Amino acid sequence: MTNSPDPAPRHRFASDMVSRVRAAAAPVRHSLAVSLSALGDHAQAALVRCFDNGYDPDASDGQSRRAEEGIAVRNLSARYGERFAFEGLTGEFAPASLTAVAGPNGAGKSSLLKALAGIIRPAAGEVTCAALARHRLAYLPQQDELDRGFPITVAELVALGDWRNFGAVREPGQRLAADVEEALAAVGLSSVTDRQIAELSVGQFQRALFARLLLQDADVILLDEPFASLDESTTEDLLRFLQRWQGEGRTVVAVLHDLDQVRKYFPATLLLARSPIAWGGTSLSLSADNLARAQEALDPSQDARIGWVA
Amino acid sequence: MGRVSGNILGLLIGPFESFGFMRIALVACFALALANGPIGILLLMRRESLNGNVLSHAVMPGAAIGFLYAGYSLAALTIGGLLTGLAVAALAALSAGSRWQRQDSSLIAFYLVSLSFGVLIVAARSSQADLMHVLFGTVLAVDVKALLLIASISSVTMLVVAALYRPLAVESFDPAFLRAVGGGGGVFRAIFITLVVLNLVAGFQAFGTLLAIGPMLLPAAAARCWTNKVWSMIALATIFGMAAALAGLLISYYANLPSGPAIVIGAGAIYGVSLLAAGRIRLKPRSLRGQR
Repeated sequence: MTNSPDPAPRHRFASDMVSRVRAAAAPVRHSLAVSLSALGDHAQAALVRCFDNGYDPDASDGQSRRAEEGIAVRNLSARYGERFAFEGLTGEFAPASLTAVAGPNGAGKSSLLKALAGIIRPAAGEVTCAALARHRLAYLPQQDELDRGFPITVAELVALGDWRNFGAVREPGQRLAADVEEALAAVGLSSVTDRQIAELSVGQFQRALFARLLLQDADVILLDEPFASLDESTTEDLLRFLQRWQGEGRTVVAVLHDLDQVRKYFPATLLLARSPIAWGGTSLSLSADNLARAQEALDPSQDARIGWVA
Repeated sequence: MGRVSGNILGLLIGPFESFGFMRIALVACFALALANGPIGILLLMRRESLNGNVLSHAVMPGAAIGFLYAGYSLAALTIGGLLTGLAVAALAALSAGSRWQRQDSSLIAFYLVSLSFGVLIVAARSSQADLMHVLFGTVLAVDVKALLLIASISSVTMLVVAALYRPLAVESFDPAFLRAVGGGGGVFRAIFITLVVLNLVAGFQAFGTLLAIGPMLLPAAAARCWTNKVWSMIALATIFGMAAALAGLLISYYANLPSGPAIVIGAGAIYGVSLLAAGRIRLKPRSLRGQR
């Protein structure tokens, strides 16, 4: 039985090994990047479409060029099996708007966001969103949809936001570390840069995801219950980002359940209860009459009947 | 002292010195461990161990049909296994996102049925011994041709993982994000599943359809106990896989036991020790352990 060695050299040995393995993999990556660029135009386009579609360093040359883009939907429906998640939605999330999507549980709010983000295929109708095609759309799922046990540090998580500048195989740029630091400082997480995400609290994790959104610099930002189970000060901080993004000309859509919050911060609201109840200015959309109709549309007796299918 | 250590060295190296089949088995297991390290870790990261298990049984009917037509022909077994494995992977990819895919019960049903189907096919033509061969493999019967196949699959796997490591890792963590930034989405899932099937087919010869997933998952699960960094995990899993292969082969040689199960038990023992060690080290949650 030997004494366990001093942790410092052991750690150095481990990181040494890692960097060696990295160094060994680097030529492979490099040659892939080189062969990508050496291929004929046609073949290269096809390969890039498959493997490295997100590499687009020109996408964010200067904020001034931000194309103010909204999302238009026409007769949009999505379903799970037999049951419609939502149906018959027509309208537009205007460019540079800040819209809340509200409604009772099971109203199809999350499904709508997924359909807008292109994650689920609509059962009918269509979504028109130029930002989606250009990969300038960011989607933040509900927290429990992400694997918090994944071994990745906060800095690494945030750095992923810069994907368009390194893509699948390229070396990250020089500025990345500084950008990550800046984004983490903006969300107030500078002290936990090198922690594993598993060690963060729910609020800290959401802040980290917002830092990734900052780096992602998308034109359209979709957020699913971004403030669920967060404390008040975190919610306040993050709400400020939503307003800032709208001010910068981005289109922001957030699913929310806190109606007071919606009334206070969101100019426009879509009230959804499987079919659209109201879509427009918040005070009009959230009138007592509309809220009652939304409840009625999903009344308990009907829920009970559907319950056994789900 | 010198004599004792000399003897021990002799015990450890002797079998490989004397017998070509032991050498080939060892090299085959090392080659498998090299590829199984990254693949096993990625499987664990994706929380798809169950899918891996199902895939390993999906290889069975195809390999059995190949066996039926051509006997112990490496090519027939490999092509058969590869075809059914990829067919099932394609089915799974097509149904991705549908509710069916998430139901464990249908996966279990699938693997039981394909296993039984494979057993029936083999039993229809041949003896108990053949059945044992298909189910549990025979590391010691690996010949040079099979070794070349295993080594090629292992090399291809390592090259692909090295080149596409970033999207493979990100896709397992946050697929919606990867799709949003245009990083490819389904392509990487398809590539990864193909790699899994390839490695299962490589392991099939040595470990049989029931155990092929063992050398893939057990060292990976053990490595997960020791570190939080994916690269070190992969390196550890590879080392564990090699150690288990060496120990298992020696045990099977001296105790005259079947070598495939001995190797898997070796890997299981490493996992057990790792669990115990990790439990002792992590009595306190990491966040409370003297950070700063």
